[in-house]
Amino acid sequence: MNILVCVKQVPDTAEIHMDPSTNTLVRTGVPSIVNPFDKNALEAAVRLREQHGGSVTTITMGPLQATQALRECYALGADRMVLLTDRRFGGADTYATSYVLAQAAKALGPFDLILCGKQAIDGDTAQVGPMIAEHLHLPQLTYACEISIEDTTVQVVQECDNDHICLRAQLPAVLTVTKSINEPRLPNVMRRLQANRTEPDTFTADDLPGLDFSCIGLSGSPTKVRKTFIPVHEKQTHIIDGTIPADAVSVLFSLLDTAKISLTAR
Amino acid sequence: MKHQNVWVFLEVLHSKLRPVGLELLGQGRRLADQLGEKLVGVILDPNAEALATEAMAYGPDELLIVQDEHLAQYHTDTFTTVLYRLVRQYRPEVFMIGATDIGRDLSPRLACRLKTGLTADCTELDVDDKRIVLWTRPALGGNLMATNICPNTKPQMGTVRPNVFRIPSPDPSRTCTILHECLYPEEQHSLTAVEKIIPILTNSTVNLTEAEIIISGGRGMKDPENFSLLQELADLTGGCVGASRAAVDAGWISPVHQVGQTGKTVCPRIYIACGISGAIQHLIGMSTSDTIIAINSDPKAPIFHVADYGIVGDLFQILPALTQALRARKRT
Repeated sequence: MNILVCVKQVPDTAEIHMDPSTNTLVRTGVPSIVNPFDKNALEAAVRLREQHGGSVTTITMGPLQATQALRECYALGADRMVLLTDRRFGGADTYATSYVLAQAAKALGPFDLILCGKQAIDGDTAQVGPMIAEHLHLPQLTYACEISIEDTTVQVVQECDNDHICLRAQLPAVLTVTKSINEPRLPNVMRRLQANRTEPDTFTADDLPGLDFSCIGLSGSPTKVRKTFIPVHEKQTHIIDGTIPADAVSVLFSLLDTAKISLTAR
Repeated sequence: MKHQNVWVFLEVLHSKLRPVGLELLGQGRRLADQLGEKLVGVILDPNAEALATEAMAYGPDELLIVQDEHLAQYHTDTFTTVLYRLVRQYRPEVFMIGATDIGRDLSPRLACRLKTGLTADCTELDVDDKRIVLWTRPALGGNLMATNICPNTKPQMGTVRPNVFRIPSPDPSRTCTILHECLYPEEQHSLTAVEKIIPILTNSTVNLTEAEIIISGGRGMKDPENFSLLQELADLTGGCVGASRAAVDAGWISPVHQVGQTGKTVCPRIYIACGISGAIQHLIGMSTSDTIIAINSDPKAPIFHVADYGIVGDLFQILPALTQALRARKRT
């Protein structure tokens, strides 16, 4: 069972906050972490390897600093680290990102399973996993909260719109996992030390055979960011003193009535 | 042939049109009028024709339907293949899909096959003077908004968060053309097989993404028993009970209630946060709600920055007072 786990290094969104005096986002000093959903994917991969044998390769596309995320994955049980790094990959949207990851999967494989987190916490798009599956013409099984392998088939329980759906597909397949699938283990100290002395296998655009350069990076991205802006909160917070609960509640109701807001569903 | 018309995917779940599709018909109408194009709703279902008759009242100019038994259950491959063929055939300029779990499974696969751009989870939509759709979405807990465009490829695609836009008022007298397409035998093929479907909820009222009112509890609830205070108010308002990650991790309430980055993203008309401090992971999941009411004993709690109304006080006194007052108002 050879498994590829795609991970993303993301800013720890819990550490990002607003500077109320300037109304800007404070991002300096925000630590980078492995996207939490990707840690669940890695844990799932390591457990499958423990059951079925094989190897776990962890891959990321990003700047050299993303090595740190790969090393964390190594400490958590990955056998191999692969870094896709090239200035020409920069500015990629989900399409261009998934294309490079898919091309790398072809070059490094064959893999029986490709695992991704359900989504990344910085963009929340949930697009890269399904797009990798499409580039590789593989079945996609999203939002997996349970995975089992039987011979050449994979079965997952999918958390989908308030249902649990049991899905089955032939290997190889692309899966995305939710956080309820497992509780990622803590990094192994020995492996962490080992990771710090190990360099990932690094690939640039020139190292990936048959790469279509028109599909990578900013210029290969069909979507562009036109602008980003801090939303203007026109609403003002009405703070109500709750020392005397009945009074606070009647103040709330009079404010809601003025704004024509009903506390009852239509 | 040039690209034309605005398409809206009308998702069907358990034989019903999902509300987000109807919400998108309202937005699609606006975009189609701005572009001077037709608004087309797309329905794939064994019962598509009856659902199309229902959808007519919400404003489409045309409904494009595929009525086939093989479309009873969503399969990524079948739905992608048939929509890919229809898009190639009809060449829509814009294609909007609800950002439900199914919509987020389907849309990236379809956009990738069409080699076009897809913006996820939009909460604002507009068109510029060059007919480029401006897809605006929140990032980083709603602290930052990003406007994406797809200038060079068609259709311009986006998923739109449920519950952000209102369903247009239906006009039962309205009719429109229904275009019938069939499912080709080779399109029935799917790489995945659905073996079984188990509803997660015994109580179907915990449908947070479509709820109009949500009463949520966090660490300040202190005890699982206290969630009955929230349930009581939820029952009275016709809403659902939500929870922060802290409350779920403490084991006070099932994870299906969780709102936030690792739970559900919700956008109800009213969100009442009780004993929730407002960590960014929680705000990400609820900050686009229409009206936010926060009850917290800590006046410095970040939840008050996103709230429209904040009551600083003891929730164990204020919640019962609120429930009691609402009950009294309903009687009069």
